[in-house]
Amino acid sequence: MSAALKVVRSGLFDTLQDLGRFGYMALGMPTAGAMDRIALCLANALCGNAANTAGLEIGVMGPELLVEADSVRIALVGPLSASLSEAEAAPPKPIEANRSHLLKRGQLLRVGMVEGSSTAYLAVAGGFALPAFMGSLATYARAGVGGLDGRKLAEGDLLPLAQPQAPPGEEKKLEQPFDYGEGAIRIVWGPQDDYFSAAGRQTFIESDYRVSKEADRMGIRFEGPTIEHEKGADIISDGIGPGAIQVPGAGLPIVLLADRQTVGGYPKIATVASADLPRLGRLLPGHVVRFQPVSVAEAETLRRDQEARIERAISRFQVARPPGGIDLGRLYEENLIDGVVFHAPSAP
Amino acid sequence: MDEVAILADVSVRYLSCGDTAFTVEFGNEISPEINGRVMALHRALGSAVHAGSLGGVIETVPTMRSLMVSYDPLKTSRAELEPQIHALVEGGLASGMAERHVALPCCYDDPEFAPDLADVAQRTGKTPEQVIAAHLASPFKVYVLGFMPGLAYIAGLEPSLYLPRRADPRVRVPRSSVAIAMDMTTIYPFESPGGWHLIGRTPLWMFDKRRDQPVFLAPGDSLVFQRIDRTTFDGIARRVEAGTFDWSSLIRTPEDDA
Repeated sequence: MSAALKVVRSGLFDTLQDLGRFGYMALGMPTAGAMDRIALCLANALCGNAANTAGLEIGVMGPELLVEADSVRIALVGPLSASLSEAEAAPPKPIEANRSHLLKRGQLLRVGMVEGSSTAYLAVAGGFALPAFMGSLATYARAGVGGLDGRKLAEGDLLPLAQPQAPPGEEKKLEQPFDYGEGAIRIVWGPQDDYFSAAGRQTFIESDYRVSKEADRMGIRFEGPTIEHEKGADIISDGIGPGAIQVPGAGLPIVLLADRQTVGGYPKIATVASADLPRLGRLLPGHVVRFQPVSVAEAETLRRDQEARIERAISRFQVARPPGGIDLGRLYEENLIDGVVFHAPSAP
Repeated sequence: MDEVAILADVSVRYLSCGDTAFTVEFGNEISPEINGRVMALHRALGSAVHAGSLGGVIETVPTMRSLMVSYDPLKTSRAELEPQIHALVEGGLASGMAERHVALPCCYDDPEFAPDLADVAQRTGKTPEQVIAAHLASPFKVYVLGFMPGLAYIAGLEPSLYLPRRADPRVRVPRSSVAIAMDMTTIYPFESPGGWHLIGRTPLWMFDKRRDQPVFLAPGDSLVFQRIDRTTFDGIARRVEAGTFDWSSLIRTPEDDA
């Protein structure tokens, strides 16, 4: 019997993503990949996977997945709410994010709202048994490639699991949610900062920019003060790196993300430091950011420091449910928690 | 013919694309000489990466006049890479190597395939047959792939056919439409919006995810179109659809050209 997760109800934007499809940009193929590589990497680590294993990227509202395998270990990372039912019709009990869970055949996982971030991730131990396209499982829906038939999940889909049952092991959890950092988004000037006037560059780094409704995996259009060009708004097309901030003639910045086109003809005033790209990948319409310039070398150092912090977070995973410890999920389910843990002493 | 030229004495600019890429800009104009340097460096870096040197370089993206070098800042750095690449540029790059010559079949005859042919003819003061002849005679070269997977910007259009893009772009251009605008021609890999003038259609798919190499054209290819009639078109289209078309038959040898 094949092992799978069955999509009983699809979410809004569930796609399979790994860390991206590299080596084919010269053929016009965007890299795609996770918008928040840190969360995917942590979800993979929680269930024992290599960082580049494809997981489910979930936006706004997640799917309902029925376990059609003897068992499967999953990990959920991000600000999402989720619940587990013993069967499709059984009442749900909430389960925590930022940890792994062992699920059994017939259980129904409901991933609800993702709040405060545009993305959250679900990884499964061993990954999904789907064919790679150009070396990657990253879904790029515009060309219909990667993931499951190159598209977001739909009701009735079967996500085949690479492992028929969960490997032995304890459940793990993050010591604390990963700190993505606060404050301004760090950028490196260029490649075409010389297409803008000094005043335009000042405007860009001294103003608040708000995420507009036009924000998706391809990029984010910001609203705010217009940035003045000096040499026009057209260049001979050149390559577009991750986080490139192009400014078309209207003067408003567009940050280009995972599904960005490979080349383009608008001048790019700056590029988001790679350490802050996962923050961009989490932004929602209405969020307000500022941009702060750093040098290339500083941006490289930021990235290396961040990678060390990710490794540290992984080395500090805690056992989520020690043997003999309190099973919070079970306590919730049996409605004992009032009496056992949070009972407030009554007045004498 | 393969020839090796030394391209030293090049004033290049290195433009930052954050901490994971930089662009080597060979000039700010479109010319075969500049693009030749771009492609030469693209190939040189590809060979170097393949040979295991230049650790940390992930891939390169050639365009008309620049090459974006993408790297992993956890494995190397800009300060380490830029001098290595500059040494390659200054040391001279082999050019003109291993250029492929490709002939793409194109049907110009069906009005459904060539809805803009009459308009292009009128605006360029030609007959439709003269437009087709000029397109067939154009010595095309693939400069860049981008915008969408497999979409090639192919320069070399016969100058008498230069026209700006359509003032009123179409919402739906059928897949495999052959189009012209400015000094270029292109082939739409997917049904998509588009503002170029549609003068024919190829039975080939510029992007076919079932193939090991889903994109057939590559930057640097020399290209001509070969006129086919509707019956030939339908025959090739059936084989492309079935996945049995022999793509290597599109590559011309010097004997074919003779």
